[in-house]
Amino acid sequence: MKKLMIGNQAVSAGLHDGGLGVVSSYPGTPSTEITEFLSKYDDIHSEWAPNEKVACEVAFGASLAGARSACAMKHVGLNVAADPLFTLSYTGVNGGMVICVADDPAMHSSQNEQDSRHYAIASKIPMLEPADSQEAYDFAKSAFELSEKFDTPVLLRMCTRIAHSQSVVETAAAEPAVLKDYVKNPQKYIMMPGNAIKRHPFVEERTNKLADFANDCIYNKAEMNSEEIGIITSGCSYQYVKEVLGDSVSVLKIGMPNPLPDKLIKEFASKVKKLYVIEELDPIIENHVKTLGIEVTGKEVFSILGEFSQKTIKDAFDLEKTESVSADSFIPARPPMMCAGCPHRGLFYVLSKNKITALGDIGCYTLGAVAPLTALDSTLCMGASISGLHGFNLARKEESEKKSVAVIGDSTFMHSGMTGLVNIAYNATNSTVIILDNSITGMTGHQQNPTTGYNIKGDPAAKVDLEALCKALGINRVKVVDPYDLKGTEKVIKEELSIAEPSVIISRRPCVLLKYVKHEKPLKVVSDKCKSCKRCMTLGCPAISMKDGKARIDATLCVGCGVCNQLCAFGAIE
Amino acid sequence: MKTKSVMIVGVGGQGSLLASKLLGRLLMDEGYDVKVSEVHGMSQRGGSVVTYVRYGDKVYSPIITEGEADIIISFEKLEAARYASYLKKDGKIVVNTQEIDPMPVIIGAAEYPTDVLSELTAKGLQVEGLDALTFAEQAGSSKAVNIVLMGRAAKYFDIPYDNWIKAIENTVAPKFVEMNKIAFNLGYNS
Repeated sequence: MKKLMIGNQAVSAGLHDGGLGVVSSYPGTPSTEITEFLSKYDDIHSEWAPNEKVACEVAFGASLAGARSACAMKHVGLNVAADPLFTLSYTGVNGGMVICVADDPAMHSSQNEQDSRHYAIASKIPMLEPADSQEAYDFAKSAFELSEKFDTPVLLRMCTRIAHSQSVVETAAAEPAVLKDYVKNPQKYIMMPGNAIKRHPFVEERTNKLADFANDCIYNKAEMNSEEIGIITSGCSYQYVKEVLGDSVSVLKIGMPNPLPDKLIKEFASKVKKLYVIEELDPIIENHVKTLGIEVTGKEVFSILGEFSQKTIKDAFDLEKTESVSADSFIPARPPMMCAGCPHRGLFYVLSKNKITALGDIGCYTLGAVAPLTALDSTLCMGASISGLHGFNLARKEESEKKSVAVIGDSTFMHSGMTGLVNIAYNATNSTVIILDNSITGMTGHQQNPTTGYNIKGDPAAKVDLEALCKALGINRVKVVDPYDLKGTEKVIKEELSIAEPSVIISRRPCVLLKYVKHEKPLKVVSDKCKSCKRCMTLGCPAISMKDGKARIDATLCVGCGVCNQLCAFGAIE
Repeated sequence: MKTKSVMIVGVGGQGSLLASKLLGRLLMDEGYDVKVSEVHGMSQRGGSVVTYVRYGDKVYSPIITEGEADIIISFEKLEAARYASYLKKDGKIVVNTQEIDPMPVIIGAAEYPTDVLSELTAKGLQVEGLDALTFAEQAGSSKAVNIVLMGRAAKYFDIPYDNWIKAIENTVAPKFVEMNKIAFNLGYNS
């Protein structure tokens, strides 16, 4: 049956139809929907793990036990899962195992633009890269066979434009999930030096076999047309090349970027006069082609930065420019921002007002960095707020301990905040950590996590008690505040900063977008009382604006959180 | 058939994902090859959002670049202006004339360019403005702005009216079907 699917849905259908038994993932744009779609199948065990390393290890365990397994993560998630990844290459698999990783060229929703193909090369694990949803389905489905045939996990690389573009998919018959026998095999699965040293030659030999396989597989294909120009390309770049150049050039489409097919590349190169490599991000294919002694044009024309489009190809080949008209008026930017009623706003207002240094983390609350609140000082990676604050305080001692905090969400705290907190307790800085507990994983679109009390299917699950957890990790002072209560929040933050002891403040209020959260009546400005002081504007609430010199509240956006009300010195907001 | 390009632009939370889902599915059912490119994650939090819908005999690129769009369906006035350069010379903009202030305007760092649509018209672009919010509220929900706009833009697609209605029935949650049909008709007959 033909269906329109985003690439991630196609991956999930492919994994399911390939006989998947267990999937464990941590959400991250643009990979999240793979696991969300998988959670809708009742014949698969699906779960949100606390982080990508756990997810990858769960998939390893399921594979060891004989099931076909998978995990999915964004590119930076693979950094977290890199530890199991590199040694999984040595153990290989029992049941087939697929690790889905989604890159984000142009950083639509990410903190860097890393190219996960480096991981495939470094860990010596084969990687597949689909160029549309049909391929996402086909590659995901066939990846299990590849995995079992070569005794290796398989990386499936997506990128934003493939992951989040719908195209037509024709699905095939689903293979039933089979549980292979589990046979104890210490030489293969216990990677202590004596065993691992014997597995390394296997890995090298496997890479050679895979490289042979790559020359004659369904993933790579040459489309011979012109003898003048040949283009080696992969993923979405292939679509841009075809869109612009159609059948006027020859194309070698790489669907398996690791290991690369040497013979196929040499043959292709020998048949064309001028050879290009067109690939987004790093020059992986290009550098490989150069090591084969083949002259090629790549990154000197096609940028290492951002994502491509048909325009990239048109510009490079000097083709007709499309004409366009634009407005002369200045068009103000419309950056993303915290929602009206977002519980993070009150907390960030208090931090900003008191000029507190705040080391931030990854989530919706990264938006606390933007004007007018500008409440954050750093954002690095998942968990870095807490460990970073400890380092900051080690360097600046009491001076910073009294005016610096870490801010981290509930899901991010579960992901990799806990270890940093243990370090604060153990290595003793008087650090103040604020956990923004909004009872959900927000930015990626509302996924459950171990603090919410529900699992991926929305069924009740064990709920982590954050207060008890922080105490167990060695923090004696744990306070809870309501970020809608500005005075109460400010009082507790000041107290905890002044005390010479590590502490955790849990700023607790559920995300205003959660269905069960009841909204209060919208507030309104009494025009006569408004003195145009613009104090309410310092909150950066999208519901409040100045019209004709007076503050105005948009009733369709306001959820009646009452934070602005607490700021107004003239009682103009009711 | 040469590939046609439709952009659906607006502000995160206005329902452009549903509109693109409806249009994509409808075009596939009409027998076209279709690609729809969505944006998720950070840009959805009240930011400017853009969805590309492309259809034809064989569609390669999922995205649209400057000067390529046959139609821009904009859920908000400023967003129509932001993406106007994506329009083909003879393309059309169907725009909800509602103004939603972006953060730089809210905090007083920039002005909302209120006359921007007439500016675009003066430059020769074919701009059709309509107050989709009022129509949507008339239909029963301010959230139906997306379907009102689809109704207005429907005439630019070679698709029978009945098939649009069927697509609404297939895409929208059952309890909202009637309301969305009214919204579609208000746009269609406007």
